[in-house]
Amino acid sequence: MADLAIYARTVHTRIRADWQYRVSFVLFLVGQTMLAGTDFAAVAVIFTAVHQLAGWSGAEVAFLYGLSGVCFGLGDLFISPVEFASRHIKAGTFDHFLVRPVGALQQLLATEFAARRLGRSLQPFVVLLIALHLLDVDWNPATVALVVLSVVSGTAIYGSIWVITSSLAFWTVETQEIANSFTYGGNALTNYPIDVLGNWLRRIVTFVVPLASIAYLPGIWLFDKPMPYGLPRIVAWSGPLVAVLAGLLARVVWGQAIRHYRSTGS
Amino acid sequence: MRLYWEVARTTARRMATYRGATLAGIVTNTVFGFILSYVLLAVFRERPNIGGFDATDAVTFTFVTQGLLMVVGIFGTEREMADRIQSGEVAMDLSRPYDYQGWWAAAAYGKAFFYTWARGLPPFLIGALVLPVRLPDQAWIWPAFVVGVILAVGVAFAWGFLLQLSAFWILDVRGPNQIGWLTAQFFAGTFVPLVLFPDWLERVARALPFASMIELPVEIFLGKHQGADLALVYANQLVWLGVLVGAGRLLLARAVRRVVVQGG
Repeated sequence: MADLAIYARTVHTRIRADWQYRVSFVLFLVGQTMLAGTDFAAVAVIFTAVHQLAGWSGAEVAFLYGLSGVCFGLGDLFISPVEFASRHIKAGTFDHFLVRPVGALQQLLATEFAARRLGRSLQPFVVLLIALHLLDVDWNPATVALVVLSVVSGTAIYGSIWVITSSLAFWTVETQEIANSFTYGGNALTNYPIDVLGNWLRRIVTFVVPLASIAYLPGIWLFDKPMPYGLPRIVAWSGPLVAVLAGLLARVVWGQAIRHYRSTGS
Repeated sequence: MRLYWEVARTTARRMATYRGATLAGIVTNTVFGFILSYVLLAVFRERPNIGGFDATDAVTFTFVTQGLLMVVGIFGTEREMADRIQSGEVAMDLSRPYDYQGWWAAAAYGKAFFYTWARGLPPFLIGALVLPVRLPDQAWIWPAFVVGVILAVGVAFAWGFLLQLSAFWILDVRGPNQIGWLTAQFFAGTFVPLVLFPDWLERVARALPFASMIELPVEIFLGKHQGADLALVYANQLVWLGVLVGAGRLLLARAVRRVVVQGG
């Protein structure tokens, strides 16, 4: 509880600090919103050329885009500051986090928090609401629970990916782009039904790095589509399980990374 | 001229030291190449011919584009110039006996040269192993493509130069930089080729400078522009190059008047 209070206080300070440079802050917020917007513009352009994609309608793909975009945006807002680990390691300032009586990860997430990243989830959230309005979903406690659970677990899955890929910085610098192909690449993948992918890539995102559980599988359940690879329908609810496993893995990897850390002493 | 050649050469050498980053970048471009290709393949399964493109054209377009992104510099990750304006080092840059814009143009071409073989070829080769791609069927297309890319690098450089000059007026250029480059990426066809755009939007996109950066050179590679049509494409790129470089020089002249060098 005390940890949470410290986190909230640090984040509050960060927001006030950013707000001192209002023009920069607003332009940056606009930039972040546009970043999400261009992805959607791509989806929109595609659906002016065709009416469906691998059997999915425009509104259904908009749902995938909105749901995965909200998860990615929230992960970006709360967890992506972990990327700054590599900068602190290079600058030699990571030691500061280790000598204070609060977890290093928590400090990193709080001190590098940037409110402009909110722009990342706002636009997909609007798209998600519109898509759900357009689609003929049978709303009952189960479907509502599925959407809410999907947002929470999807955010946790993206967050875990950020922590795991950022941990690489403790072994080697210069790998930021690899991390990008998992995070941004993952987001690009989940914007579309995985049915469009080649079989090898489709198997990877279903069974190996189960990104399908973020938006695609919940979509299958909501829109009553056939499950891929003849999986049982209950697998549509696998998001929370994947999130817990990803979270545990991230915890282990981060722990190893901290243990591996040797200060440069400079 | 000799000076600018050396700037380009040393910039290319400096880039070459970051091997890990290069490898990581190749992975990213390749992954995105596959994702976008599969999406477009699904589109072309619905409609086999869109605006003169077939599925093979679309896959080729995607991987050539992924290879060109860093060459042309359309991610806008390059902010050294803006950083030097912010830190005040620009005062030194401006007092040196060379053309300020020319110096940064030389650096951009040095990077472009390095990225051509380090980041340009690998994603295309890997993509070609898995998916069907189309190589130019006539030999003249290769040099025609190279000319198109050289002009594209110039247009993108001139655009970035304008964006980074905003550092003279505002503290943090990351916002305008991101807005400017995202606009460029979208209208250059890096997310979806322009031929898939609805007609009115395609016309808008082709009237803007951004098509010169990616879409037009890649269309040359696909053999979509021949003869007089090709000359028109070059003319389009040259006009935008002239306009943007000129705008950069005008804005620079205004900006220089704002520089106050703090002594000591």
